[in-house]
Order: sequence, then C-alpha cells, then structure tokens
Amino acid sequence: MIGLISYLSFFLTMAGIMAIITLGLNLQWGYTGLFNGGIVAFFGAGAYGTMILGSGAEPDQFGGFDLPWLVAVAGGILFAAALAWVVGVLTLRLKHDYLAISTFGVAVALESLVRNSQWLTGGARGLRGFPRPFEELVGDTFTYGLVFLAIVLVVLALVWWGIERLVHSPFGRALRAIREDETAARALGKNPARLRLWSLVIGSAIMGAGGALYVSYTAFISPQDLLPVLTFQVWAMLIVGGAGNNRGAVLGAVLIWGVWTLSGFALTRLAPDSMQLDAGSIQYILIGTLIVGMLLWRPEGLLPERISQKPTKMADKAVLEVKQ
Amino acid sequence: MIQAILDGVLTGAIISLGAIGLTLIMHMLRFANFSYAELLAIGAYAALVFDGLFSALIPVLDQAFAPLTLTGALALAMVIAMVVTGLSAVIIDRLVFRRIRLKADPLSMVFASFGVALIIRNVIVLIFGHHAQLYSQEIARAHVLSFDPLILIKPDQVFVLCLALVLMFALHLLLTRTTFGFAIRAVAENPSLAQVAGVRLSAVIVAVWIIAGSLSAAAGTLYALTNQLNPLIGHVFLLPVFAATIVGGIGSVYGAVLGGFIVGIASGLALMLLPPGYAPAMPFLIILAVLILRPQGLFGEEPR
Repeated sequence: MIGLISYLSFFLTMAGIMAIITLGLNLQWGYTGLFNGGIVAFFGAGAYGTMILGSGAEPDQFGGFDLPWLVAVAGGILFAAALAWVVGVLTLRLKHDYLAISTFGVAVALESLVRNSQWLTGGARGLRGFPRPFEELVGDTFTYGLVFLAIVLVVLALVWWGIERLVHSPFGRALRAIREDETAARALGKNPARLRLWSLVIGSAIMGAGGALYVSYTAFISPQDLLPVLTFQVWAMLIVGGAGNNRGAVLGAVLIWGVWTLSGFALTRLAPDSMQLDAGSIQYILIGTLIVGMLLWRPEGLLPERISQKPTKMADKAVLEVKQ
Repeated sequence: MIQAILDGVLTGAIISLGAIGLTLIMHMLRFANFSYAELLAIGAYAALVFDGLFSALIPVLDQAFAPLTLTGALALAMVIAMVVTGLSAVIIDRLVFRRIRLKADPLSMVFASFGVALIIRNVIVLIFGHHAQLYSQEIARAHVLSFDPLILIKPDQVFVLCLALVLMFALHLLLTRTTFGFAIRAVAENPSLAQVAGVRLSAVIVAVWIIAGSLSAAAGTLYALTNQLNPLIGHVFLLPVFAATIVGGIGSVYGAVLGGFIVGIASGLALMLLPPGYAPAMPFLIILAVLILRPQGLFGEEPR
C-alpha cells in the first residue's frame, strides 16, 4: 500500500512539474501564438542554473555556491528568462519561422554545451548532490515524497492563478489581439514585438521554474534530461489538452504523462526481449502520431479555448449610451 | 587549416543540396518544415535498400568505378532513391501538410512537421536498427589523392563535390530556362498573381516537393557515401540546413547554395578552435550571427 502511494505521489509530482511547463507553453502558444521549439532549453537553463547556484562545493567544479533553496531557484528562473530574452530580442521582429528555428537551435546548442563543458556542468556524468528543500525537517523519504508533491501543487496553483490573472488583464487581451490580427492590434497602438517578447520571457521563466523543481526533486541533472523528447512531450500535452485553455493544459499534462509512463511500463513488461531496444522508438512514434493525429482531427484539443462573450463594463456603458 | 576548409567545402556541398529544397518549401508553403531533413534519411536508406537489391540481382553492377568506391549498383540505387524520396515527400504532403494547410494556420504545420519527423526517424530505427551502416566496406581502403601528404582527399569526396555541383547547375537551368521553372519562381514570388497568370498552384507544390525530395535524397546518399549512415542523419543535418537557408535568405535558391558552403566551412574552421563535441552548436551560432548582422540573409527580401 505504501509502495503504491509513494509511486502515485512520484507520478503526480512528475506530472505536476510537466503541467507547470505546459502552462508556460500555453502562455506562449495558446494565448500569444508563439512557437517554442526549444522548451527543453528553458527547462534545462532553470535546472542547471538552480543546481549550480544551490549545490555544495565540489573539487574541480565551477559553482557550489551553496545558496539557500529559494535564491537558487530564483537564479535558475532568471537564467531561463535571460536566455528567452536574448532569443526573443533577435527573432520576434521577424517572421515566426525565425523564432521556431532559433528556439530549436538554442536547445541543440545548450545540450551540446552541457555535454562538453566538464568544468561548468559536469559534462556527460552530470551534476549531483543538491540539498533538497525541507528534507532535514521531514526525515523519512515516504513523507518527504508527499511534502514535495505538495510543494509542486502549490507552485502549480500559483502559476495557474498568475497566468489566469495575466490573460484576463488588458495585457492578456492585447496578447490575444496580436495573435488573431496583428495589423489591427498595431492600429490600436499595441506594440506586437514587445508584447510577444514579454510573453516569451514569462512563459520561458515558468518552464525554468519547472526545471528548478525537477532538480530540487531528483537532486541530479545530466544531459540525458535535456533530450529533445521533453519538448515533444510538452507539445503533445498542450495540443491534446487544448491550447488557450489552462484546464486543458493541465489535463493534457496528466493524460500524456500517464500514457508515456504506462506505455513505457507496458513495453518493458510485455514486449519480447528482442524488442526492448526499440521500446524508446515505439514511444517516440506514439508521441509523434498523437501530435499529428490531434492536429488533423481535433486541432482545438480536448478542452478548447473559451473566448468570453461577456461584455466588459465599458462595452455595457457604450451599448447603453447608443440605446439612449 | 587547409584540411578544415576542404572538409568544410565537402560538407557544405551536401548542406547546400539539402538547403535548396528547404528554402523553396519554406518560401512557397510559408512554414518552417522540421521534418524536411528526414528526407535525407529516407533517401540514404532507400539507396541502401536498392543498392543491396541491385548488387544481388545483377552482380555485374557490383563493380566499383576505380578509384571510387561507388559501384554501378549504388549509382543506379541513388537515382531510384531520388525518385522514391520525391514521391515520399509528395505523399507526406498529401497525408498531413496539405490537410492542415487547408484548415489551420502555418504554425500548426510546424508542430505537425516535428511530429512527422519523430515518426519517420523512429520508423527507420525500427526497420534498420540504431547501428551505423556503410554502402561499401571498401571505404577504409580507398586511396588518397593529394599533393601534400598531410592533406587527405579521397576520390569519393571529389566525386561527391562534382556531382553536387552538377545537380545544382541542373536545377539552375531548370529554374531559369524552362517555362516550368518560371512557374515555380512566379509562385515563390507571389502565389496569387501566379495563379491569376494561369499557374496551377497545386501542381507547382507537387513539383517543388519532388525537387526537394530528390535533392535531399542525393544529399543523404552522398553524405552516407563519404561518411556513414545512421538513423540520426536527419537530426544531425536539420540545424545546418536551416542555418544555410537563413544565411542565404529564406526563398533564395542561390542564397541556400552559398549559405550551405558558408555553414560547412565555418563549422569546419570553428572545430579547429573548439573540441568536436561542440559541433552541433555551430549552426546555431551562425544563425545568431546572421540575425544580428543581416536578418534577411544574404539574398533574402526584407523580413516581414
């Protein structure tokens, strides 16, 4: 029983972290129409940034600043945001192709950097030894798993609340306006490049927070965690769940993470030995098919975006004045 | 130094071949196609299959043209691979991209292209396995052409460069000397105006996919001939090919050719300074440099 609960809490912790990242993508793609091809880069920047700032000193290793957890996490998030800012400033005034290619490129570049800079990132063997938050207070690993799940859920709730506030503010309406009709938004005096940049930076900072939580949980990060598959998984989560709808993003994250975990489990258990090597490929094909299939047959996702038809107070007043 | 430049020119020729089709597709269909580089993989593996088939059926063809390691069977297989890949590109467009094009925005196509890339790459892994393969086991023994013992040039490499240049020249003639080429260029410039002038858009799109597919197949086969073949070839070439189109300016065929050589040579030179592990990051640095210095690329129109 305890085994089952602790596995469930592990599953939900990972699904929660994925849901946070998916919410970040939802701000970028769902509400602003920005294509992020390098989610894993911003996740990785947050993860490695947090790890380097928060872990203890090691011989021959840069970092080991041993900063308090919250400071390290903030540093990791800032690092992810800075990376997004650089990419955004260079590409957001151009056609959307450039953002797609550059974000994809930044992920490839970051992976090859962490794989090769032994002094900075530990190279292929990665970095380990991160003081997990509140671990000393809790003691046994079973309770700690539940405590960490609670931390993840609190962060998820905060991110959800923040994004909801953001997209229902004038800023959020302006984002949707430039997504739907950039020329019209520009005519209303909105600055599309600047709004897009903010959306990209905030969304990527949220992905960085996902990365920071991930290293806080595993206390280990290596280039194997920075493979492009994470980007594809998060897309599948948002596309299946429904872009432009936070409920959909979280539902998609839990569903796809469940499908991914179950399919991996089923393949290792049920597939013949000769197929074990190909299990990863079969999972990739599954994710690819999900993305393409959803785009072909239900592009709006399971829970489509709901545009509120409720008029604002100002519009009400205008209507009243016209009637009078 | 000279060795790095020579290797860069060779890789550059292959990148150029790949980039030509991509720049046409991106310009015409208005989306960044991330599944494009998988066409190189389809081509290279199709050549592998037909090479095996021909050398088994017609043993006479299994003679290498000395001093090359290229056999008659492989040459024939490459031609067929070009046709097969061209048709695959059309089929993929029919099955996925055209349907999405008709009802959704271009960015959905970018998502879909990643999905298609994942599917193609991993189906190749399932069929052919993860391990690297070679067309000919004789590659290791191929002798070396050079005036200086420190510089290594294999006869195969000279052949690859020449063939790539011939293919590019053939495309140049097609685009500048035939009505069909005019139609392609017209659609690339202004699709609506071209349609008004009586160009059938769907026919031109099919033609461009066939051109893109066959050039990619040639690029993939030539790369596998001078290096080796593994299922990651599409993943490896994706960023360099995109970098070449951005350097040259999206939509410019000549820009893509020049961009391919620039990316190849710059990566070759950079590896003299950096450890080889950083090679995958080079195209990204080139893209950044272009976006800072000249966002529209060498021959591109003003962005936006």
